[in-house]
Amino acid sequence: MTFSPELEAKFDKLLKSYPPGRQRAAMVPMLLFAQDEVGSVTRELVDEVAKRVGVQALQVDEVITYYSMLHRKPLGKHHVQICTNISCLLTGGEELWKHACAKLGIGHKEVTPDGRISLEEVECIGACSWAPALQVNYDFHHQVTPEKLDQLLDRLRKLT
Amino acid sequence: MADLVKLTINDRHLEVPAGTLVIEAAKRNGIEIPSFCYYEGLALQAACRMCLVEVEKAPKLMVACTLPVAEGMVVRTETPTVQQARKSMLEFLLSNHPLDCPVCDKGGECELQDMVFRYGAGESRFTEQKVHEDEKQWSPVVFFDMPRCILCFRCVRICGEGMGVNALGVVNRGVLSEIAPNKGDHLECDECGMCIDICPVGALTSGTYRYKTRPWEMEHVGTICTHCSNGCKTTLGVRNDKIIRGNNRDRSGINGEFLCIKGRYAFDFSDHPDRLQTPLVRTGGKLQPASWSQALEVVAKNFQDVKQRGGRFGVIGSNHTTNEENYYLQKFARQVLMTNNIDHHRTGDVLTLLDALSGRNEALATTQDLYQSKAILVVAAELALEHPFLSFQIRANYRHHQAHVYAVTSQPVREDKTATVIVRAAPGAELSAVESLREKLKAEPELIILYGDAIKGDGVRKLVAFGTSLGIPVKYVPLVDYSNSRGAVDMGLMPELLPGYQPSQAFGLTWADMLASEDLGALWVIGANPLKNAELRARNAFMVVQEMFLTDTAQIADVVLPAASAYEKSGTVTNVCGEVQRLKRAIQTMGAKPDLEIIGLIAKEMDAAAVVGPWTSDSVFEEIRKNVRGYDVPVAMIATGGAAQTMPVNGRIAVESRTDLIRSTHDNLFTSGTLGRYSKMLNSVLERRLNYH
Amino acid sequence: MLYNEPSPLEVRVLSRRFGLPNSASIDTYLATDGYKALRKALEMKPEEIIEEVKTSNLRGRGGAGFSTGMKWSFVPRTSPKPKYIVVNADESEPVTCKDRVLIENDPHQLIEGMLIAALAADAHAGYIYIRGEYRYLIDILDTAIAEAYQHGYLGKNILGTSFSFDAYTHTGAGAYECGEESALLESLEGKRGIPRIRPPFPAVVGAFQCPTVLNNVETYCAAPAIIRDGGAAFAALGVPKAGGTKLTCLTGHVNKPGVYELPLGFSVDKMINEVGGGIRGGKKLKAFIPGGSSCPVLTAAECEGLTMDYDAMAKRKTMLGSGGVVIMDEDTCMVKVALRIMRFYAHESCGWCIPCREGTSWLRKTLVRFHDGMGQRDDIGLIGDLAKNMLGRTFCPLGDAAALPTISIVEKWAAEFEAHLNGRPCPYENVSQLVMA
Ligand SMILES: Cc1cc2nc3c(=O)[nH]c(=O)nc-3n(C[C@H](O)[C@H](O)[C@H](O)COP(=O)(O)O)c2cc1C
Ligand code: SF4
Ligand code: FES
Repeated sequence: MTFSPELEAKFDKLLKSYPPGRQRAAMVPMLLFAQDEVGSVTRELVDEVAKRVGVQALQVDEVITYYSMLHRKPLGKHHVQICTNISCLLTGGEELWKHACAKLGIGHKEVTPDGRISLEEVECIGACSWAPALQVNYDFHHQVTPEKLDQLLDRLRKLT
Repeated sequence: MADLVKLTINDRHLEVPAGTLVIEAAKRNGIEIPSFCYYEGLALQAACRMCLVEVEKAPKLMVACTLPVAEGMVVRTETPTVQQARKSMLEFLLSNHPLDCPVCDKGGECELQDMVFRYGAGESRFTEQKVHEDEKQWSPVVFFDMPRCILCFRCVRICGEGMGVNALGVVNRGVLSEIAPNKGDHLECDECGMCIDICPVGALTSGTYRYKTRPWEMEHVGTICTHCSNGCKTTLGVRNDKIIRGNNRDRSGINGEFLCIKGRYAFDFSDHPDRLQTPLVRTGGKLQPASWSQALEVVAKNFQDVKQRGGRFGVIGSNHTTNEENYYLQKFARQVLMTNNIDHHRTGDVLTLLDALSGRNEALATTQDLYQSKAILVVAAELALEHPFLSFQIRANYRHHQAHVYAVTSQPVREDKTATVIVRAAPGAELSAVESLREKLKAEPELIILYGDAIKGDGVRKLVAFGTSLGIPVKYVPLVDYSNSRGAVDMGLMPELLPGYQPSQAFGLTWADMLASEDLGALWVIGANPLKNAELRARNAFMVVQEMFLTDTAQIADVVLPAASAYEKSGTVTNVCGEVQRLKRAIQTMGAKPDLEIIGLIAKEMDAAAVVGPWTSDSVFEEIRKNVRGYDVPVAMIATGGAAQTMPVNGRIAVESRTDLIRSTHDNLFTSGTLGRYSKMLNSVLERRLNYH
Repeated sequence: MLYNEPSPLEVRVLSRRFGLPNSASIDTYLATDGYKALRKALEMKPEEIIEEVKTSNLRGRGGAGFSTGMKWSFVPRTSPKPKYIVVNADESEPVTCKDRVLIENDPHQLIEGMLIAALAADAHAGYIYIRGEYRYLIDILDTAIAEAYQHGYLGKNILGTSFSFDAYTHTGAGAYECGEESALLESLEGKRGIPRIRPPFPAVVGAFQCPTVLNNVETYCAAPAIIRDGGAAFAALGVPKAGGTKLTCLTGHVNKPGVYELPLGFSVDKMINEVGGGIRGGKKLKAFIPGGSSCPVLTAAECEGLTMDYDAMAKRKTMLGSGGVVIMDEDTCMVKVALRIMRFYAHESCGWCIPCREGTSWLRKTLVRFHDGMGQRDDIGLIGDLAKNMLGRTFCPLGDAAALPTISIVEKWAAEFEAHLNGRPCPYENVSQLVMA
């Protein structure tokens, strides 16, 4: 499998970050960074990472299915993750969630037909004091209101 | 000796070695602490929480399976709190369990069932929907029913730690966690079935056994596997004279609970439809069914004729018939047919080794030694595929005692995973490559050397000289094929050697010479298939074959006598380490007779019964004990299912080994000579594996 | 960046650089006493560093509140194995968002803290385990690490001494359980985040099977101040058995939620009403979570006279935890709160042990059904029972974290459970089916 030079450089650095013989340690970061570039954890990616860190594909599968940020199926270009955990719940996170579902016509871990936006109801993302919060890919949005969410979704739909 | 620690469990004062786990300390003193995930010999998990106990001064219940004993510790295993905790764990477990016990294969043998029966889960308070997934077939022999799985991780560990295969893992998390096979939707592994047997519930079931019967409807017969030379004990589950299951759950025998695919499943050749069940006699150019008396008469008459003519006999014995049969056969050949033309297919150079070791005691390693020796050297052998139990022992030794393993092979082998040093040498150059390990091996306190058929003759002498020069105690295992290759050599199925490696007065013909001889008068083949890849020069020789199937050899015989398989007779066999063990009859196949009985009946028909003596395995074994050095083993030991090691010679052997005749067939996990060809299960596994490649 | 206005009641020690221009840069750091503590520590013996930390009464800020000085002293410094520093920046306990601002605003403070710990433990490499969602913090830290190398604060022969240290960032990928120290170490090694059997503890057998100092971000961030200004000064900021300040994440129904650095022993009443500007809409306090969703929930009455410190919380049978405070007003449905909390734990249970795996799943299902108005009277007892059957019996503390708030809610707000019985919808809101993650 070929990756961008930037990603390859990241992999190189990662594989050198751990003590000798411990390259397996690079597995989770490699998978997450590669997923960001490839779009999802494909079979091919599993085999590639397994090869590079020196484990069997099964050991990569064990890991992928454990971590909730690693996905086998491609997500939308803009992955909207709305937190409904306790602090967000108390400040309207659930309403935001329902609002987004209704507006996009999709549900949990679903992608809009154009592949642009996907939705996920997530557990606490560490923005509790500025709740309700959500993340679009890795970007945080704090103190989100249904209006702000509308604007955001409209913007995402237009963004290429 | 480890220091002793004093503690109290349920008001009993105990003394156990420091470092012992509370669960073990209790067990050794007859106090049972329930557990699912704790499994002796495998890594600790502390996952099932069934073993919670009360420990004085501890603020909460403690898990006995990971708690080492401590001086003055006070443990209670049956207090109301402990019982309540156990009950609650069972209640949690049952919440997602399908409770389909009436149709579950494990019913009656299920540890979950037993536990619930004992500790009771009471009325179910769970009214929510259970997690469900359909059953999956992972291989011809392995089925997985996720909802029944209690996630004790025994299967994952036995596959990884025990087998060194790592074909099972855990995917997903939380309540959706499940066991998964290494190839997505299927398994690619040894197909040993260890995972199935170790599963406490009916989550993993076997393709050969599932839905066939209930455990209590079977009779269980402990005998020795007939496939390879490792000599594992296998307990056959029999119903209506049919073998339904093979396993070794009672952990008796040298192999404990270990069995490979062949020991566990490849008993099915025994009721293959092609099994011979009636004697065949060639009449009008064709093999026609005949009665036993007719057939024996033809054999006796023709043998007498050849003998009177002064014709040449050729006798080819087997490396999977019993010691008694082999001994009796050579006696018959030598004393009734008056010939030394007797041989068998030799698969390893035992002879040179015994000669080279003359004067030494305890120079042959037992299977137990493989588990205990501090260091092990494997030369030119693929143990995991050809000697699976020996390979298992070495892994267990590495896990439990951190044994140093050295592998000198031409190809990567499974021992590499546990190896201290791996040496790769070109095929044929392994022996010289061993030299590079000299300094390392010299520093070991002891060593076992296992070597394959590529090392023979001078090679063996060099290896022994190398071993001796290390200046440490060294033991050896000469690797051979089949369930009784060792027994065939020891019992003198050789033209040059009598039982116990005594040279014969006049060397007879080797089996190759027999086949090449133009004037052979009669050829008698027992449990072998010499004509599979060879031709018989003496076209007119009278030919008798004792076999289970119509092999290439049997097809051109004049008389074919249906022989019983190892699972249909008693007697003893000697494994690759020279350990003698006893077969126990599990079933009977109509029409077939044990080879011993057939030989006896031929003797009787030839009026030679008095010469060869009675043909019961016990009486022949008595004779072996008297006449074959090393075989005067304690009868009680093997009669009770134990193994006794032999060192069948201890002095120089006056003949040279015919190294040109030594060749292992390198049967792997999925092949087993003729028997393998008639095992549907082995074939289906082989076919599946080919399909995936 | 600051996401909320600071409060004048704060005592800003760890957050002293928050809000400064380019607060994350090494220049700002150096201009404000940065790496001074390191210079001082380089002159100290490991025992002296540990002694200073013990004097400071610093207790772990990750949740368990264990004495940091003690923990550092458990590392077998003379072991021939390499020793490691591991930073727990998994920050996955719900209601917690303080490590994020510490790293975002002042990454060098963390690096300096790691270096001090490394000197105390004779470690030469360290890993910062950052939850996957905090991707931007990896960039910030990687930049800071590069700066520190350039300036000779990382790498070989730091500041011309014989001391060498390398620091690396490492990302998680979405798993609360990986915040638990032994699961974190498994995850760091490229495995599923399944906790390890303890003992041995990480101090002895930690990262890559070697002795390891493992602390929370905030704990390490306190180290520079302790070494720079002395342990006694730090201790004096707090209460007798817990020194210093605590970054508190004020969330829920308050007017001014935010992350505030408050001295240990700060009054809860003052925190809600002065720092937090009181409860929204002038409503009354109903329930209070002092330190993340794993803590037993307190009633308004139980908050009276309460202060934010470890022992005071223990007296009220709850915990200071990670400093994640939730303020719930009188309109809050406590069944829903119990349900949402359980949903989280069921989603995050690693699945290793029976009581946690099955217990959280069973409780989640029962609470969903109950909240939807299909509860039976027996369910109320069952919920408490199941939670108690998990308590203290699971493989790691996640089971307790799920059980404790649940037990406290069914016991203290039993009346609300009664009110949900028999087909009636939630009396506190319009109920709709929750989407199950
Ligand atoms: C389920 C669980 C989750 C945890 N999550 C975190 C976390 O996200 N961050 C953290 O620092 N500590 C977390 N902890 C606590 C750690 O196990 C550990 O006690 C802590 O990192 C030690 O650092 P400290 O002594 O500085 O607090 C968690 C513990 C448990 C049981
Ligand atoms: S399949 Fe059987 S052995 Fe494996 S984890 Fe499940 S219950 Fe345990
Ligand atoms: S036997 Fe101890 S937890 Fe399973």
